[in-house]
Amino acid sequence: MKNSWIILGATSGIARALIRRLAEQGHTLFLAGRNMPELEAIAADCRLRGAPAAEIMRFDARDHSNYAELIAQLEAQDGILNCAVFTGSMPEQDVVDANPQMIEGVMADSYTGPATFLSLLAPLMEARGSGAIAGIGSVAGDRGRLGNYVYGASKAAFATYLSGLRNRLGRSGVHVMTVKPGPVDTPMTRGMELPLMTTPDAVADDILQGLARKRNVLYTRKIWQLVMGIIRIIPEPIFKKMSI
Amino acid sequence: MDWKDSEYTGWGRALRATGQLARPETRDALARLEAAPAFGMRRSYGDAALNSDGRAVDMSALDRMIAFDPETGDLQIEAGARIGDVARAFAPRGWLPPVMPGTGFATIGGCIAQDVHGKNHHHIGSFGQHIRQLTLLQNGAERIVKPGSALFRATLGGLGQTGVILRATLRLQRCKGDVMLVTERRAPDWERHLGLLDASRASYTVGWIDATATGAALGRGIVEEGETVAGLVRPRAKPRKIPFDAPHWALAPPVVRAFNRAYYHRVPRQGRSLVRRLEDFFFPLDKLHDWNRLYGKRGFHQFQCVVPLAAADALRAMLAEIAGSGLASPLAVLKRMGPGRAGDLSFPMEGYTLAIDFPNRTEARALIHRLETRTLEAGGRIYLAKDSLASAAQIRAMYPDLPQWQSIVAKADPAGALETDMTRRLNLRSEI
Repeated sequence: MKNSWIILGATSGIARALIRRLAEQGHTLFLAGRNMPELEAIAADCRLRGAPAAEIMRFDARDHSNYAELIAQLEAQDGILNCAVFTGSMPEQDVVDANPQMIEGVMADSYTGPATFLSLLAPLMEARGSGAIAGIGSVAGDRGRLGNYVYGASKAAFATYLSGLRNRLGRSGVHVMTVKPGPVDTPMTRGMELPLMTTPDAVADDILQGLARKRNVLYTRKIWQLVMGIIRIIPEPIFKKMSI
Repeated sequence: MDWKDSEYTGWGRALRATGQLARPETRDALARLEAAPAFGMRRSYGDAALNSDGRAVDMSALDRMIAFDPETGDLQIEAGARIGDVARAFAPRGWLPPVMPGTGFATIGGCIAQDVHGKNHHHIGSFGQHIRQLTLLQNGAERIVKPGSALFRATLGGLGQTGVILRATLRLQRCKGDVMLVTERRAPDWERHLGLLDASRASYTVGWIDATATGAALGRGIVEEGETVAGLVRPRAKPRKIPFDAPHWALAPPVVRAFNRAYYHRVPRQGRSLVRRLEDFFFPLDKLHDWNRLYGKRGFHQFQCVVPLAAADALRAMLAEIAGSGLASPLAVLKRMGPGRAGDLSFPMEGYTLAIDFPNRTEARALIHRLETRTLEAGGRIYLAKDSLASAAQIRAMYPDLPQWQSIVAKADPAGALETDMTRRLNLRSEI
């Protein structure tokens, strides 16, 4: 049966690696984002690499006005619908501290935008009783830390939303997977010194493998599951004095 | 945020550079950067992709296919795309890059900048002879370059010195599918090895040579011939990784000799034919990810020369010296080349080419220097994609069109913003 993937934030570094694999596997693609010329270039690439069709859609996490239109467009597609969410923004914490009005945008990019879209898409997928959703959270969402807590809060909100969505959609055969990457070598992290870095290609491979195995929460690299497990159990009186 | 301090190496890992790298993912991001030499997947062995204490642009994320014309086979593609990805995407549809080097990880930009050749060079010439058009970024402006111009000749094999290669139109060739029928024959000695290569009428021909065999067995090897075929089942394969730097004894002479003997005898006396995946035939080492780590932290050098047909005896003498030294690695290749070349600094000439890896040790470096001298005396040349040790004077004697290249490059990049460790080491851009 025809398999279509909707990719929110399709120009992001990790998204591009996943999109290429999906194209090579022969999936139909709907690439959603804000940079239309860039999306068109990626779509052309997908068609040449094996996607039977690749269309582009304007999607802005901070502007929900056209979401209903996008959903209608997807409703017209037959076959299995799947969705992967890569939207997000990570301004430096000290910049956000100086400009707290930025918090709203960060929340929109990682949480309210994609969650609004997914809530509109969910009934469609529920009705078809198939398909998968992969949402990109972050290890930063597992605990609020000195250096990155606004971004972390937005990813935590999204992870909690996905957990609930999984609970709901699992009943109708739709699988929801939360992906929690550690630092990935993309333009978003360029120039930063970050531990246990991985690459977009490795994350994309992990996502496909995780979906095949119907994983619920996927850490990539895997070591982050252990690291964050330890960080989460540090008692708050001690944690509040640490800067990790 | 665009630039990141990095330490990086060529594929041989013997030469290193420290400097700032950028890896733009969009054309706009590339346009924002100041002029700097560009590289792809750094599959050149030496310092062609290095710029010590300077900046360099990693083009590997600008790797999109742009358009394909099924009437002509013309594929427009960004320079950072891997040649192996093109083969993988198009072979099932009956098209193949006409020229493919020994690794599928080489980028289109790299294939142009080194004017690479493949196992079919004797039929079809070099990579650059199949480029219909390319686009350079010169001093912030895009410039379209077509075959026949002096700038085109300076760009093909031109080590990226005429401008950053942004995209190209490559004319693909018809093929029957993504499976190969491969015939392997033993060549028991040098004479019969050359004889098999000379007599081969196959589309693709390459000789693996046992560079540790001496005496009567000198020059023995396996000649592989390949054709793409339709209607056969595609075998499966799994990539493997070299997870750490191997200890230096991993390629010690007794290990290499034993490996080579086994590799030779694996093919039955009467030869054999088998079905292979296309990428396993063209890119045999690619499934062994990071195989360059087999040589340990010190890295290795590859020596590759070509000598004219008439100088085959000189090549035999070079092989005898290599075999006698006990320094060679298992990875050695002998091939017959045709005359096809697209640029002023292109490597190919009609003759025989020999490529051998050596661990990065004092004796090996001394041996390579002697081999370079012998190559020059034989009227041959060495391959800049592989070189990390040659001298400026030797390269001048081997590449007679260098002055012509220099005059074009001086106009294309007057400030020398695209110079690399290689162009500086070999003093390529100035008269000595």
